[in-house]
Amino acid sequence: MSNPIYIALAGNPNTGKTSLFNTLTGLHQKTGNYPGITVDKKQGSFSLENGQKVSVIDLPGTYSLNPTSVDESVATKHLLEKKPDLVVVVAEAENLKRNLLLFTQIKDLGLPTLLVINMEDQMQKKGISIDVESLEKQLETKIILTSTRKNKGISELKNAISQYENLSRKTLYSEDVSSYKKWLSDTYRVGFQEIQDKEQQSKTKKEQHQETVKRYQFIGKVLKGNYAIDKSKATDFDSKLDRILTHKIFGYLIFFGLLLLMFQAIFTWSAPFMDFIDESFAGISEYVTGLLPEGKLNNLINEGVIPGIGGVVIFVPQIAILFLFIAFLEETGYMSRVVFLMDKIMRRFGLSGKSVVPLISGNACAIPAIMATRNIEDWKERLITILVTPFTVCSARLPVYTILIALIIPEKIVFGFINAQALALLGMYLLGIVFALVSSVILSKIIKMKSKSYFVVEMPSYKMPLFRNIFYTVVEKTKSFVFNAGKIILAVSIILWFLASHGGKTFDSAEEIISVKFENTEISEEELKTEIASFQIENSYIGIMGKTIEPVIKPLGYDWKIGIAIITSFAAREVFVGTLATIYSVEDPEDESTIKSRMEAATFADSGEKVFTLATGVSLLMFYAVALQCVATVAIVRRETNSWKWTIIQLVGMAILAYLFAFFGYTLFK
Amino acid sequence: MLLSQLKKGEKAVIKKFDIQSIPLKLVELGCLPENEVELLQIAPLGCPYYFIINDTRVAIRKETAKQIEVEKL
Repeated sequence: MSNPIYIALAGNPNTGKTSLFNTLTGLHQKTGNYPGITVDKKQGSFSLENGQKVSVIDLPGTYSLNPTSVDESVATKHLLEKKPDLVVVVAEAENLKRNLLLFTQIKDLGLPTLLVINMEDQMQKKGISIDVESLEKQLETKIILTSTRKNKGISELKNAISQYENLSRKTLYSEDVSSYKKWLSDTYRVGFQEIQDKEQQSKTKKEQHQETVKRYQFIGKVLKGNYAIDKSKATDFDSKLDRILTHKIFGYLIFFGLLLLMFQAIFTWSAPFMDFIDESFAGISEYVTGLLPEGKLNNLINEGVIPGIGGVVIFVPQIAILFLFIAFLEETGYMSRVVFLMDKIMRRFGLSGKSVVPLISGNACAIPAIMATRNIEDWKERLITILVTPFTVCSARLPVYTILIALIIPEKIVFGFINAQALALLGMYLLGIVFALVSSVILSKIIKMKSKSYFVVEMPSYKMPLFRNIFYTVVEKTKSFVFNAGKIILAVSIILWFLASHGGKTFDSAEEIISVKFENTEISEEELKTEIASFQIENSYIGIMGKTIEPVIKPLGYDWKIGIAIITSFAAREVFVGTLATIYSVEDPEDESTIKSRMEAATFADSGEKVFTLATGVSLLMFYAVALQCVATVAIVRRETNSWKWTIIQLVGMAILAYLFAFFGYTLFK
Repeated sequence: MLLSQLKKGEKAVIKKFDIQSIPLKLVELGCLPENEVELLQIAPLGCPYYFIINDTRVAIRKETAKQIEVEKL
């Protein structure tokens, strides 16, 4: 069989390009990363009628080959370097003029190029008429009319793909391919600050501007007589809906209503699924324990690996519901209206209207949230958004908050109907938002950066969301969360297990030391075992680490066991609960009670006082509300800012703040 | 007059602007001399502005709108 045909899908945002990609490939797709940057790379494959295989890449949506963001630069770079067999440019009937700008640029790269005009089903409703045959001639291409919504034109498209070799490679506007390519790669480097020269930058912008103007003149000529919109036939549904959704009162009411619904869904709809996952993992753990012989491997799997993976999988329902909402809001075109409504308000805090999406997503997980900052044009606004997003309460904080609140806040009803513990949790959410906004204001005052307030948001026409598109988005995002977070947590649980079950000389001779110590006392074998175990954990590598930092964390009300949990939960916050569970269970494996009652019973070794008092609880809540305890976030910030400086400033800054707030919390309630 | 001085619902024709002070993306979306522009909405606190330019619906900030000279229709 011959090699697969390699095609690239290109086009403006909101043209149904990804929808076409989903229609063509179905579930035969996967999302990876472009090397070095975190732009999603969507690839897939399908077969033509004659059995010929086609592999297809869905390039990020872009308005032109002159990139202004990382996402867009990927499309240009790919087309310049990878030379696909065929480029399929997806355009939308309603905005054909604007869509053709990118088409003429791609055509000038000398690659076989097909033009797909999508949303054919909307043409009549919007009074659009197109003379396809005449356009084909003038644009030196084959044109396919499709409707991904109604599955129309797909077999015609596949047919055209199979005959890609017959397509013309003639340029449209540029004299020849090589000079255009050279100009494009030169200006690309200037546009991307690789060349810092001010003069050259403004010269390039002028050239790009002139090029755009001339291309539009060319497009105007081509479309004359071949493309018409009869506005009298159009029903202006968008403007009517906009009048309500961007209304100065109703607009905000609707937006906050949707937010409330979303949080309600994240917490109540996900509960039964999370319970189910929790029980399933407990079951698996029990089953595997019985299967394997007792020993180190058994311990590693049952105390490290299975609870570690379970700790990630349990967040899947919440993350999936969040992405379901976000995908729905994006797909309908509503998200741009939120950006429009919120921009001025967010700017008071030094952020952008486009920061709203990351800050909402941050309430599930900071990683996709930070990746969602990419479309913020202004670097200063983007940087501040990245720096403050980790303050929002991600799902990894939930297990920590839940158990601490259960320990310090009594379960009672206040104000007649509100559960005091739920109220405390809500308070933590609000605190997260307050922290994020206050630090934005401070950062925007501190960071001296010349910022051009560039802000251009296309407001796409409203569309009924396609279930298929939302489904693929949710599956892809959830999958990448599970695998990325899963890798880290798995690694940490193995390291943690190793550090807790190994130690220096004292650790190895624990049995001897303790036996000698209790030689002349009456002590049962059981008690002796417990003494040995707790001596071992104290002298294991992890115990030594905990003891080392004990003087530093003593003012916050913590002992060395909590110190261990803080060290390990640097990998991911939820590890805190698991670590304490491990430490207490290693000390006393016979105790079947819950982690909560074990924490309640815990006392300080020296004074014998209770560890988890109101003061310690508040102190820990403050610590976890502020500290950036998440390796994955650190990694993503490094990649997205491309700077160790900002990554370290964020990490250290949040650690110092966390210490101070925890200290004040402890002192206040002691 | 300037694009930022239009009132809601008013239409105008774009006259000129300094290319260095507006984003290239806006030009690519069709903000070019002689094209028609209509102001659809102004966000509640007076910014951003929401226009139709060249059949494209787009929101920009007031500072950018101030850089563009138009002639009211």
